[in-house]
Amino acid sequence: MSVLAHVFEAAGIATVTLSSVREMAAKVSPPRTLHCEFPLGRPLGKPGDAVFQHDVLARAFALLEAPSGPVFVEHPEVIEADDQPVSCALPPRFDPTLPPAVDEARGLRKAFDRTLAKRGVTSVGRTMTADDVPDTLAKLAAIAEGADWASVGLPAGSTTAMCHDIRTYYEEAALALANGLVPGGRAIEDWYFAQTEAGKTVLAARAAMRDADVKRPIWFYMAPGHR
Amino acid sequence: MNGDQAMRAFSATLPAPEFLNPAWVSPKPLAQSTVAIVTSAALFAVGDEAFAAGDTGYRLIDRDRRDLVMGHWSPNFDHAGFAIDLNVVFPVDRLEELAAQGVIGAVAPRHVSFAGNQPDDVATIRLDSGPAAAASLLNDGVDVVILTPV
Repeated sequence: MSVLAHVFEAAGIATVTLSSVREMAAKVSPPRTLHCEFPLGRPLGKPGDAVFQHDVLARAFALLEAPSGPVFVEHPEVIEADDQPVSCALPPRFDPTLPPAVDEARGLRKAFDRTLAKRGVTSVGRTMTADDVPDTLAKLAAIAEGADWASVGLPAGSTTAMCHDIRTYYEEAALALANGLVPGGRAIEDWYFAQTEAGKTVLAARAAMRDADVKRPIWFYMAPGHR
Repeated sequence: MNGDQAMRAFSATLPAPEFLNPAWVSPKPLAQSTVAIVTSAALFAVGDEAFAAGDTGYRLIDRDRRDLVMGHWSPNFDHAGFAIDLNVVFPVDRLEELAAQGVIGAVAPRHVSFAGNQPDDVATIRLDSGPAAAASLLNDGVDVVILTPV
């Protein structure tokens, strides 16, 4: 973002940058920066809070009044990422003959569909549709148990994109189950990796691939780096 | 250390390009300015081309599109906030409200989305796709951009 600010300013467009990493903004020093210590992925701070978002924009646009720069101002409110998993019901075990993650993903389909109906769009679709999520989890469960990742028939495309699709399916389903609450910055991620069978299966498959000396870029980005 | 703290600590160590003699535009009054959003969230409208891994290009997003997909490749930040309210990443509705109130002159007909990919020399962003995106916005009469990261 900071680099692009210089590019756009050089083209003749005045820029205001919302920064999320203070040190990077300090190094690149874009013309006008409002640093926002908000959860990563939420540069306007609070989803569903138009008043707060307007406050951020007002502070950002106020920087345009500075006669010279660079200008660096911090938003006065700090919003920490929420490390507590969102309270979100998971479906009961239905078919004990299936891997738990497969059973679980099937049970979440109606919740996913409710969010899709509400939003009208889904970010699932990089490598598969929602229909393919349970079957892909079955293949990841097999990898976790020792199967060769390249032979189980994973969807075409990268493992990173595949895991984005599965996680997004769960995240969008979770929004329908959170009873209208707005989860904090990492709350749904924590729910997914700590509490769902799918998240645990992805982490187990990832660990198995690492232990099998699969090339690092193939397994590492299947989950956040700190996991 | 939670995920955000880990990512911020890592990002702080990344190499950064220097900009000698950086440009500075003295803007006209905000109430007379046309404003666009430039995001690095890899958003794209349904039907448009998705972002590939390492993609240094950009997508133009028409002002009235709300059927937007989060196409960023990083698993290291929250994507759910966008699913709840796209304005937390891409404040299109807030800009429309500011235009209706007369705080800004107008909302640009198109906004811009990048994917946040930049090899260490950032040459493509600086010399190719960045200036091309800026030219598109200038052609649309844009005076001010607000840049939103993820």
